[in-house]
Amino acid sequence: MNRGRAREALWGYAFIAPTGLGIAVFYLWPVLQTAYFSLTEWGAFGGHTWTGLDNYRRLADDPEVGRALVNTLTYTALGLLSIPLAIGFAVLLNRKGMRFVGLYRTLFFLPVVTMPVAIAMVWRWLYNGDYGLINYLLSLVGIDGPNWVADPATALYALVVVGVWASVGYNLIIFLAGLQAIPKEYYEAAAIDGAGGWRQFFHVTLPLLSPTAFFVSVVSVIGSLQLFDLVYVMAGSGAGARANPAFPRLQTVVQLFYERAFVTNDRGYAAAIVMMLLLLIVVLTAAQFRFQKKWVHYA
Amino acid sequence: MRRNRYVHTILIASALAMVAPFCWQLITSLKSLSSATSVPPSLLPEGRWDNYSRVFDVIPFGQQFLNTVLMAGLRTIGQVLFCSMAAYAFARLRFPGRNLLFGILLSVLMVPPQLFIIPQYQIMSSLGWLNSLQALVVPGLFSAFGVFLLRQFFLGLPKELEEAAAIDGAGPVRIYWSIVLPLARPGLVALSLLVLLWSWNDLFWPLVVNTDPGKMTLSAGLASLQGQFQTDYPVLMAGSLLASLPIIAIFTLLQRQFIQGIATSGIKG
Repeated sequence: MNRGRAREALWGYAFIAPTGLGIAVFYLWPVLQTAYFSLTEWGAFGGHTWTGLDNYRRLADDPEVGRALVNTLTYTALGLLSIPLAIGFAVLLNRKGMRFVGLYRTLFFLPVVTMPVAIAMVWRWLYNGDYGLINYLLSLVGIDGPNWVADPATALYALVVVGVWASVGYNLIIFLAGLQAIPKEYYEAAAIDGAGGWRQFFHVTLPLLSPTAFFVSVVSVIGSLQLFDLVYVMAGSGAGARANPAFPRLQTVVQLFYERAFVTNDRGYAAAIVMMLLLLIVVLTAAQFRFQKKWVHYA
Repeated sequence: MRRNRYVHTILIASALAMVAPFCWQLITSLKSLSSATSVPPSLLPEGRWDNYSRVFDVIPFGQQFLNTVLMAGLRTIGQVLFCSMAAYAFARLRFPGRNLLFGILLSVLMVPPQLFIIPQYQIMSSLGWLNSLQALVVPGLFSAFGVFLLRQFFLGLPKELEEAAAIDGAGPVRIYWSIVLPLARPGLVALSLLVLLWSWNDLFWPLVVNTDPGKMTLSAGLASLQGQFQTDYPVLMAGSLLASLPIIAIFTLLQRQFIQGIATSGIKG
């Protein structure tokens, strides 16, 4: 290696050194540590002892873990509703001669940039059983609304509505970018062949948008599986949440992780819970990549 | 034209659904508690601005605001600097192990952040950094995502200027600082805005490391406000509005850059 190459390599290492060290200390090593911790049990004073697969056996028998999994997966599946909604809005906004596109985009995007804690507080208030705006509006048409986030029958679905409401603007931006990338010639050709609006939508727009939809679906599933902020506030803020009768329907995997790691200080078990989360994300992402052949069209 | 009317009706109705919660938040924040909880509710605000000053009485809002600004600002500066350095090396410099190191970086990108938290917490605890600004900032100075985003951006820049500078005898530091960084401004702005947004809105990490009210960030402080004042909705609405307003203002001003950043990176907070 000549001197120039050696110097370049040296500079290369120097440039990546700060991030490299930071990532190694705060991200890479912690992943390995978490994997190790999941095989240990933590005492009251922070010491931990090796217990092998005990935590994982406990996971399998823990009814709270089962509930958290069901709730999280339900939320994740229903949260995908934001994809067809976002596609619909994107197609409408992308129409020729559409006015106020910028304004609509801004309004749809407001929830995306708003602090999730603030969003959760506002919706908790809207959902309030006695004084909430939603139940007031329902009462106008003669419906006696439930106590949304405090009612086991509705709590999780109430949460899904907030999740979809908050994410539709983000997905809309991505789909608008995707729509603008579709060459106009395809529509012209379809029009010459006599295809009207709906046929163009189903035979041109949707197939050409499917790679974008696939990407959005992968990202939303990963995001939904990590649901925490909304639940933390809407269930009734941290420690008070267990008083909420709907709490069993609001527990999620990350919420359970939070409780075990930082409320009951059962960190070995908490580590096993997030290892399970990692597995879940890997499996569901891999499954989506597997399944994409069935519906994603790459032009 | 008729069809366009239907389209507008749908869009206006859904835009209203997007904005209505914010309007109700604002209206409630200007009501007295008794009128906020009256049935039927009044749809008009009352000008009770004292709800906003009460937010400052019940939590150290000013201090928490400052903590949030410092956390978000320092993380952003740190990531833009450190990530752009690493990204430049990965995009332009040749060194043994480059692909391997970049692959390791990408693997970090795929791990859900909860897996880092217990060990990160322990590092903070053993350094005596719990309840400090350092705890909020330091792990957030480094980001695999930032390196990835900027590397992609740098790869798309024309090489000619850099080659010309190299022929004139400029070293990597000069090329990085005076040529690559200025050319990459849109990428740097996009990363800054994303880091700013995520940091400002982040809940889990600040909640865990800083439990002393004077050291909390706004999102954790607000959550604790709700814990204590569960039913004082006007104050809760005033606080949540104050806390989310700065980032909404920045977003509205820099909307174009922001949306570009999201549309190109496609990554969510």
